[in-house]
Amino acid sequence: MAKGVLAGNRRSIARAITNIENNDREAQKLVARIYAHTGKAHIIGLTGAGGAGKSTLIEKIVKEYRRRGKTVGVVAVDPTSPFTGGAFLGDRIRMQELCTDEGVFIRSMATRNYAGGIARATKDAVKVLDAAGKDIVIVETVGAGQSEVEIIKVAQTIVVVHAPGLGDEIQAIKAGVMEIADIFVVNKADRENANKAVIDIQSNLQMNTKEIPWKPPVLKTIALTGEGIQELVDKIEEHRCFLEGDLECRRVSLRSKAEAELIDAIRERVAGSLIEELKKKGKFDALVHEIMEKKTDPTSAAEKLLKKVLHGA
Amino acid sequence: MPKDRKIRVLIAKPGLDSHDRGAKVVARALRDAGMEVIYTGLRQTPEQIAETALQEDVDVIGLSILSGAHKTLFPRIMRLLREQDLTDVMVFAGGIIPEEDIVKMKKLGIKEIFGPGTTTETIIRYVLDNLPTRS
Repeated sequence: MAKGVLAGNRRSIARAITNIENNDREAQKLVARIYAHTGKAHIIGLTGAGGAGKSTLIEKIVKEYRRRGKTVGVVAVDPTSPFTGGAFLGDRIRMQELCTDEGVFIRSMATRNYAGGIARATKDAVKVLDAAGKDIVIVETVGAGQSEVEIIKVAQTIVVVHAPGLGDEIQAIKAGVMEIADIFVVNKADRENANKAVIDIQSNLQMNTKEIPWKPPVLKTIALTGEGIQELVDKIEEHRCFLEGDLECRRVSLRSKAEAELIDAIRERVAGSLIEELKKKGKFDALVHEIMEKKTDPTSAAEKLLKKVLHGA
Repeated sequence: MPKDRKIRVLIAKPGLDSHDRGAKVVARALRDAGMEVIYTGLRQTPEQIAETALQEDVDVIGLSILSGAHKTLFPRIMRLLREQDLTDVMVFAGGIIPEEDIVKMKKLGIKEIFGPGTTTETIIRYVLDNLPTRS
């Protein structure tokens, strides 16, 4: 399957992403085999509130990149139900015109209750598309409000999408999503209050006290008609050149991504297998009971376990 | 079956009719049954449907059609799925399909056809009982 992915075979790409989502053994091996071939694609993250127009914008961005001769992969994330585990994945509806273009691969993905606005599988799915030779990979997060910022571990250029009327300058001043943007877009710019939204974001940016090497621009688009899309893609490319030109910036960004990925992998693999092991030996249940009977608290129980693991005590 | 496996379903609207209430009700019901449902939206060509099924790597496709063009569109969809080697995908259909066409449609490889009045429970049960196994 790794061979198929590296050759850009669409069936292999699709099945590889499924295996990654299902967290099976084969998927780990596959990611290990393609890892050396990743890092060529430019990865763009689009985030913002549900209904701001992310999917429609992506359709237009992809078309613009295709016009410029680039191949594109898209991972579009929508939420999983916390009650049933099911999901309705509807981002594709806005992009179906692209679907028979061989230079484009679109995959819908449910969060499967992973927090932070993307799915656990998103990072590795991006690697698959990257290794398959896509020049550009775009990740659409779930409709994100304020603190869904996992996308910074995945994407190099982050576009935060707003629409007029979603909030005033107090919303713009808040921490979280507003801080991760490399580019701001006010979509649906033909609506009333579009300029007000631009000014709210700009005035918040001006309150920055730190000297920053890249000042996030605020652009206006109308995704439905395609207005402002060329300018947006130009800005994305400008940001990419900035990252490539500023070696220190690039090194820091690569380092922090590698760190974040390692931390996530340790959490998942080490903590995950420890919990499984405890459950197998029945110790997990025993600890749960102790906590329920207030004989210990969860943190102390975990501390004790940690000591055993680290020192074999 | 890997422990984290989810059933992925594509609900597709081939052809030119623009009523998708039924498709949405089925999509919603399958969602609530714990499946991941991808909806194509209206007015899809057979090529778009087959390509979407491939990229999304679905286990099941549900085709909804009310226009009467099933005799033209369904054979093309089934042919494209075969050409893409998507023979392990289970296809069912729903909408307005006359009695006398049902046998013909099933001969194409469409597993089941649900007419008006079918309950969502029937469809969910059918999908669960007829889920294709994967190599």
